[in-house]
Amino acid sequence: MSLLEVSNLTAGYGIVQVLFGLDFRVEAGEAVVILGANGAGKTSTLRALSGMIEAQGSIRVDGVEFGKHRPEKLCAAGVAHVPQGRGTIVDLTVLENLRIGAYSRKDPDVESDIAMWFETFPRLGERSDQLAGSMSGGEQQMLAIARAFMSRPKLVLLDEPSLGLAPLVTREVFTKVRELVDSTGTAVLLVEQNANLALDFASRAYVLEAGRIVSSGDSADLRGDESIRRAYLGGA
Amino acid sequence: MSEVFNLFMIGLGNGAIYSMIALGLVVIYRSTGLLNFAQGEMAMFTTFLVWTLSELGWPLPLALLGGMVLGFLVGALVHQVIVRPVGDPHEKPLAVVIVTIGLYLGIHALAKLIWGTTDQDLDKLFGGGQVDLFGTKVAWQKLGAVFVLGIEALVFYFIFQKTKIGLAMRAVASNPESAGLVGVPVTKVLMIGWGLAAALGAVAGTFLAPSSAVSPNLMQLALIYGFAAITLGGFDSFVGAVVGGLTIGVLTDVLPYFDDNLGDFASKMPLAPAFILILIVLLIRPQGLFGTKRVERV
Repeated sequence: MSLLEVSNLTAGYGIVQVLFGLDFRVEAGEAVVILGANGAGKTSTLRALSGMIEAQGSIRVDGVEFGKHRPEKLCAAGVAHVPQGRGTIVDLTVLENLRIGAYSRKDPDVESDIAMWFETFPRLGERSDQLAGSMSGGEQQMLAIARAFMSRPKLVLLDEPSLGLAPLVTREVFTKVRELVDSTGTAVLLVEQNANLALDFASRAYVLEAGRIVSSGDSADLRGDESIRRAYLGGA
Repeated sequence: MSEVFNLFMIGLGNGAIYSMIALGLVVIYRSTGLLNFAQGEMAMFTTFLVWTLSELGWPLPLALLGGMVLGFLVGALVHQVIVRPVGDPHEKPLAVVIVTIGLYLGIHALAKLIWGTTDQDLDKLFGGGQVDLFGTKVAWQKLGAVFVLGIEALVFYFIFQKTKIGLAMRAVASNPESAGLVGVPVTKVLMIGWGLAAALGAVAGTFLAPSSAVSPNLMQLALIYGFAAITLGGFDSFVGAVVGGLTIGVLTDVLPYFDDNLGDFASKMPLAPAFILILIVLLIRPQGLFGTKRVERV
């Protein structure tokens, strides 16, 4: 049984359909990427999973069907979503952003978890009382990721973390998240435009083109695959 | 001098009421990021609830508590039935603001329908007595208003800064999408915000009513002074609401003493000073005295 199993997922905005029957899965502890160009439906896929847009089809988390749901239900099921554009809560401090990440938790380890995150991302520790909105893009991305992990999820949905970041910062973010996957055993479903970085990061990949999955496989096999070039440059 | 001190204390008492209205506005602002134009009418409505309970024979303090509880329910209901279906206040801020203006008219009309337009009397919560303070007689009611305001401000500061639900409210105000994604029940949080604001309104109205009357027009003037108070203090600041309201109360009562023309002007155009102050603050320091200047790097 897969951690996340999605079949025949369709979704759209009003009368405009953007996803046409997607099938994919994520195993426990695995890093998977959905690659695609601008407008392929990457963000919509994650938003459909989170119940932020209307979607049909089957979404199973640990074998349990998730019918119509609101985002807060998904969190309770162990899925955290880092939305595009980072989604830090800019009017809260760094520390408060981490606290709110643990909102659904009732165990007493929240404070020690926060201390652990400050060790992982020292920049966040140094700026714990600073408003999140005043931090740099890379720092905000780290904070958004740390906040998602604060709910102790089984699966993190990561929406294009490279967006608006300098290449070096992007690489740093990917390295950190990879370390987190390895050390915590949390699975990550990444959607990303930057194919090279993402294929380094993930063990498996799906290629999304105009709302349909056109190929899938191990990252190593997909590297240099014709379908990726086509998905980005258009069919020919 | 004692004349000025007397006016100062009267101004403080009136200002405390403006501050209470301002606190209600800040609560809504801090959970939705919007101004609630219906705050005054929600306060008027809940004050009628207090009055109704006291007419039923409840002692006034008990009637006030009862009115606050009922007010909380009314506020929560207004959010669930009228505000929420309009949509996310962050996606459609204009639509939601217009709904609050509609609520203003609707609640006003509803109050007229239920309680009529006859002015009703409400007793003073702290009685009609006076206390001798530095040789000036000051009404207990005025001191009581300042005292209750202080408690309100402390309680709300504590709720918003030190509790989990307060953190959730601030998170929802800033970014409801991200708040929902980490498991904050956004709808419930907004509902609580509206409930708290309406409950606060009952307190403001109960202090305001004895000096005028319980009527559907109770809050018409005071709401504008509440707006002036949060503009001066900062839309998102509890401290600002308190300082802003008290400052405006004191200024409007003390300044006319020094200049007859000012007093004449203010009595002919009672709203003008509030609007002039709003304008000046927005021009010079838009975030108010204690408001957070929004910083966002991209």
